[in-house]
Amino acid sequence: MKKLTIILSIVAFISACGGAGSDKKGADPYDSKSTGSNGNPSYDPNRGEGKFTTIDVGATVDATLAANGEKVYGVKCSSCHKLTEEKLVGPGWKGVTSRHSGVWIMNFITNTDEMLNKDPKAQAQLEICLVRMPNQNLSDDDARALYEFQRKNDGVK
Amino acid sequence: MKSLKLITAATLGISLLLGYTACKPKNAGNAVSSDAAEKAYVAPGKYDEFYNFVSGGFSGQLATYGLPSGRLLRVIPVFSVDPEKGWGYSEETKPMLNTSHGFVPWDDLHHTELSQTNGEIDGRWVFGNANNTPRVARIDLKTFRTAEIIELPNSAGNHSSPFITENTEYVIAGTRFSVPPDDKNGDVPINTYKQNFKGTISFISVGKEDGKMDIAFQIQCPGVNFDLSHAGKGKSHGWFFFSCYNTEQASTLLEVNASQKDKDFIMAVNWKKAEEYLKAGKGRKQAVKYAHNTYSDKTHSATSEIKTEVTVLDAKELKDICYFIPCPKSPHGCDVDPTGEYIVGSGKLAALIPVFSFDKMIKAIADKAYAGDYDGIPVIKYEAALYGEVQKPGLGPLHTEFDGKGNAYTTFFVSSEVVKWNIKDLKVLDRAPTYYSVGHLCIPGGDSKKPNAKYLIAYNKITKDRYLPTGPELAQSAQLYDISGDKMQLILDFPTIGEPHYAQAVSADLIKGNSVKFFKIDENQNPFVSKGEGTTKVWRTGNRVDVNMTCIRSHFAPDNIEGIRAGDEVYFHVTNLEQDWDVPHGFAIKGANTGELLIMPGETQTLKWVAEKAGMFPFYCTDFCSALHQEMQGYIRVSPAGSNVPILFSTGKNYPVADTSAKK
Repeated sequence: MKKLTIILSIVAFISACGGAGSDKKGADPYDSKSTGSNGNPSYDPNRGEGKFTTIDVGATVDATLAANGEKVYGVKCSSCHKLTEEKLVGPGWKGVTSRHSGVWIMNFITNTDEMLNKDPKAQAQLEICLVRMPNQNLSDDDARALYEFQRKNDGVK
Repeated sequence: MKSLKLITAATLGISLLLGYTACKPKNAGNAVSSDAAEKAYVAPGKYDEFYNFVSGGFSGQLATYGLPSGRLLRVIPVFSVDPEKGWGYSEETKPMLNTSHGFVPWDDLHHTELSQTNGEIDGRWVFGNANNTPRVARIDLKTFRTAEIIELPNSAGNHSSPFITENTEYVIAGTRFSVPPDDKNGDVPINTYKQNFKGTISFISVGKEDGKMDIAFQIQCPGVNFDLSHAGKGKSHGWFFFSCYNTEQASTLLEVNASQKDKDFIMAVNWKKAEEYLKAGKGRKQAVKYAHNTYSDKTHSATSEIKTEVTVLDAKELKDICYFIPCPKSPHGCDVDPTGEYIVGSGKLAALIPVFSFDKMIKAIADKAYAGDYDGIPVIKYEAALYGEVQKPGLGPLHTEFDGKGNAYTTFFVSSEVVKWNIKDLKVLDRAPTYYSVGHLCIPGGDSKKPNAKYLIAYNKITKDRYLPTGPELAQSAQLYDISGDKMQLILDFPTIGEPHYAQAVSADLIKGNSVKFFKIDENQNPFVSKGEGTTKVWRTGNRVDVNMTCIRSHFAPDNIEGIRAGDEVYFHVTNLEQDWDVPHGFAIKGANTGELLIMPGETQTLKWVAEKAGMFPFYCTDFCSALHQEMQGYIRVSPAGSNVPILFSTGKNYPVADTSAKK
């Protein structure tokens, strides 16, 4: 009995140690499930996590903004994303603006690592693609322009 | 008779044994105390407190370690090719190793020196010297890459280098070998050393903002060997001090012939005076040839320019630039304390350390307290410049660094120890064994006005029994001592690359925040950059084929290339489209005799590859980049010379090309 108590207390001690600091989990590219955030009720899956909370979107496409977005797309995105529904390295962009909110998209493309660690939709996509989307260090303006280009690509006039 | 012999032999044996025991340093068990591990321990995931920039000696490179852990952080390629990083193999980096002798793939980097402002390390650049084919390099500490290399005319064996003045106005380089000047006929009998050989020291100016180097002037001195040097600081700012040996002017068996005189010299150079002569037009323009190479982080490529003129001041004709101070027995180290008052010369064959006083030297010059002249240069009387001597400090003093608290630390090669002594009273305070045969030493900021004397690192020439044996060639090593208390405490051994000579260390806070994480793709001005896959292309000009290619996790574009012919010279210009930290891609192709590329995010690098024969040649990414790294690959089809397979390139298309040429 005495022995058992000792063993139990050792186990308890080890678990206590193991738990310490685990709230700050690092990014493990091979274990997407370990960093799920489903336990966090304050997380807004429609907004994602990042600096953007709201964006102003016009009824029609801002052509200049969309053209800027297309330029950024050519340099930083087109290697992996087609403008059709076809998946290349990442998903095709056709319909992306109806699958996610604009704020979610802009947070995801500027705060990629954290979103991949936390966001259920981003994690589901990672399980399909298996390549963590690179953080391409987009400026806020780049991100907004890309979203406008995506809207245009999705048929907004 | 026989027994007498035996007794003699036994006595000899015993005395040899005794002698051996007495000389051998105390064993490691005695030297290391129980809390050493704790002091050198840096937990996984934690940063070190200091960067340590250690010369790689005959590796030609510069190694960066963290202290106190001794962890190797990065080997910076400088004067030697580095196939791991493509240094000297990529088209963009090849010009960095160009010299007046053409492409030189190797050198011997002996000393490092961090840039300073007001006599304090400013963390912007670290300089290194090439000892064999005389050059000085500037390494940018934002990128940890060699940004510039300048060759030195009229020099051979650039050993007394690259030491700097207190605002990095100049990097100084003194020639080890005296040689006939470059514009004179060098085809003379070797035994005409005294008439024909000259010693040259170079003053390389450093751009205040951009660090750009330029040989401002050279001073022609008598033919001797210049060994080491250090700048005056504070009150002695404006002066530079060099150790000289071989004042015998021997050209053969220097081991014996350059060790004849009881005293050689410390040469004091008034460079402010030299500047005045330069301004007054007293310099002689000399026709020479030397390379000046610069690397641009905008074009991601180097350019090499051959320069043809240098201005030389003659120390014999132009008075009051140079003075000799006698210094015992072939001085090696020449170190100036943080106040600028004391100059320590370390005669490597001497059993004492002379300490010279700057104030006394100035007074001696005013009083003309000379003992005569040496080849037209005044020789100050030894006693007139001497502050005092440290008596019986050890055997074979080499180098000295300072703690800023009034103490000096000198290495002793022959007696394998570091000795701490007080500068004012010249008394020995402590001694610590090294394992073995210590050369240089380093205290963070230990040659500046403001040392940060928490640690001392000794760099050893011999390791013998310190590490697991690895055949005839053993690791050379560094040893870390805690010097925060009165006594030095050995806390760590760590092996180093090549041979460590001089090193510098600095608080990590001064550097780590400035580290570049990636290059912005928008600012890439390489003429062969591809900004996006849409701009990739393959084109032919005669038998040269250029491929503008991109890479990103985890594919190349294009990754299928056809239409190459045997004998073609193919230039792969690979742009890494990543814009995140720590995501380089590699590029290697079967049979390439030019090595590989390692391309940083946002950068473009070029590999030249000769398609030697018809066949299928795969290429792939060499730096593990993602879960699909092993998929990051492509093919090049090479057809026979003269074939008319059209140039075709693509990614993800898988052309259904009906081509029967492979079937014949």
